[in-house]
Amino acid sequence: MRIALIGQPNCGKSTLFNQVAGYKAETGNFHGTTVTFTESKVRVSGEVLDLVDLPGTYTLSGTNPAEAETQRYLRSEQVDLIINVVDASHLSQGLELTLELLELKRPLLVAFNMMDEAKRTGLRINGPGLQQRLGVPILPLVASKGQGVMELFKSAVRLIKKPSLSEYSPGENSDKARHERAARLTEEFVKQGERRITWRDRLDDILLHPFWGYIAMVAILFLFFQVVYSVGSAIEGPVLVFFNGLTVQLLGFIGSKSFWGEVVNGLLQGISGGLAIALPYLIPFLFGLGLLEDIGYLPRIAFLMDGLMHRLGLHGKAIVPFILGYGCNVPAVMSTRILEEKQDRFLASALAVLVPCAARLAVIFGLVAFYLGPVWALAIYLFNILVIALLGRLLTNLLPEKTPGLILEMPVYRIPTIKTVFSKAWFRVREFLVEAWPLLIAGSVALGIFTFFNINPILNWIVRPVTWLIGLPSETGVPLIFGVLRKELSLIMLWQALGGLDFAAVLSPLQMMTFTVFVVFYIPCLPTLTSLRRELGTRQMLLIVLLTILVALAAGLFVRVLGLILL
Amino acid sequence: METIELIKLQVNEKARIVSFDGGHQLALKLRQYGLFVGDRVRIVRSAPFNGPILIESNGREIALGKGIAGKIMVEKN
Repeated sequence: MRIALIGQPNCGKSTLFNQVAGYKAETGNFHGTTVTFTESKVRVSGEVLDLVDLPGTYTLSGTNPAEAETQRYLRSEQVDLIINVVDASHLSQGLELTLELLELKRPLLVAFNMMDEAKRTGLRINGPGLQQRLGVPILPLVASKGQGVMELFKSAVRLIKKPSLSEYSPGENSDKARHERAARLTEEFVKQGERRITWRDRLDDILLHPFWGYIAMVAILFLFFQVVYSVGSAIEGPVLVFFNGLTVQLLGFIGSKSFWGEVVNGLLQGISGGLAIALPYLIPFLFGLGLLEDIGYLPRIAFLMDGLMHRLGLHGKAIVPFILGYGCNVPAVMSTRILEEKQDRFLASALAVLVPCAARLAVIFGLVAFYLGPVWALAIYLFNILVIALLGRLLTNLLPEKTPGLILEMPVYRIPTIKTVFSKAWFRVREFLVEAWPLLIAGSVALGIFTFFNINPILNWIVRPVTWLIGLPSETGVPLIFGVLRKELSLIMLWQALGGLDFAAVLSPLQMMTFTVFVVFYIPCLPTLTSLRRELGTRQMLLIVLLTILVALAAGLFVRVLGLILL
Repeated sequence: METIELIKLQVNEKARIVSFDGGHQLALKLRQYGLFVGDRVRIVRSAPFNGPILIESNGREIALGKGIAGKIMVEKN
């Protein structure tokens, strides 16, 4: 038995899906978090069902990729029952899709989700009346809290075993006619009672205020990053100490210059890199992000930043990848899915991978802030923003179409449940565990083997044109090559490559600046490249790689020349 | 009654959508967000830096960039 869940964007389909199937679909208080559909086997009162979560769609005759996908699926695949999830707090709009589904003449079940939200806004919905009029079963649901979920699926199983089709005649088959019909039905069956004004209605007066809104945004984001860094750095130190001790102990047994010594050293570095440097920042970051997403704050940032983003040739929704980029470029690239236009997705991805992520922060702080002072670290961040802005302007002028601009629904604030935020963070952490981490470990081991066979001089020679151009010693070649695996590796390896000497003894202040600037801009790390390929395809990924090399060379050269003139 | 661009309305003014001045694609896009000709809208607030406006229609709040809001023709009531 196959059941398809269909509904308009942000109506809670994926929340319902995750309630019964465990956490398998991305959800968020934002549009279009589901782009492809997810299928899962679920067991409901002794029956095994195939449950399919379709991307949100306002209408079956839509044009964007998500809607085209939904339509294709409903027509091609053998679906035994369609469950139409409707946001009860916005019934009129939801019913338009319901009316369109009725025209398919397939077994249909309607779930009025977010009944708590509807009650809160004072809506009194005559469910039984509507059920009788439309001739389809309608069930109440609060998917986020799991209320009504069992009843819904029990009815679904009953309906599949004893199918009955609605006799309702929706009338003229056009969007406009459905729109008006849905409005009339809502007028007849929904009464607007006293609307209780709560903190949620007042919140936007502050958070979207032309002045206080920006103050609040900066404060919220600052707090967010502050929490991430304090949690991360508190864990990073002790874990590194533990692994360093372990490495020394093991190498004492094996011998540090032997083949296996280098392999074990690389292996431990890869493992500790994940445990000490990546995960302590990634987990609180993803947890906080999930919280902001589910509350519904991200679209507010998009609203506030739209005007400024237009100067980059993008619109407000593209701010999300940029914010995420400061934590990690991988979720930043993934989040470009929320942009409808292909061109916007490319532009946002190309610019977001230039944002210095947490790993590059390690290089900026470990080298520049530590040796030259925090002011220079700040200078690199500002220089980075300037370069991104310039590149955005340049690319927009080169690209064929102009962005049509922002259309974005402002969702009602919701109080997230611990369960969804937790399982969402886990869902994304697991991606790091199975995709990025093994790569990191393999890279570290490869590096150990290279060191043993003394391949490094050859690699240094290959990238010598680059290091020569921006005025760096040739030993920086290998660290730069391996920085592609993960950016903070370039700092750790620079230290190894320079023979464990004090950086200040080997690199001039200017070389530290050019090295760091180059690391910030050049080729995105391997996990980011993987997600770029998944989102945009191989061709555009390679285009972005080329672009970042050019930008890094130009930026490195600029800093070098500027330094030579000023110093 | 005069027809003006949605963008010209002040905060809290109400109007009815008369037409979309941006071709079929724009109408299709707005339809996906539940905005049709004939719908009543209210300006909830606007963002600084030449930013978008937030409108309310059919109980939903939708942010529209300046460009798009300039292509929606409305009739004040």
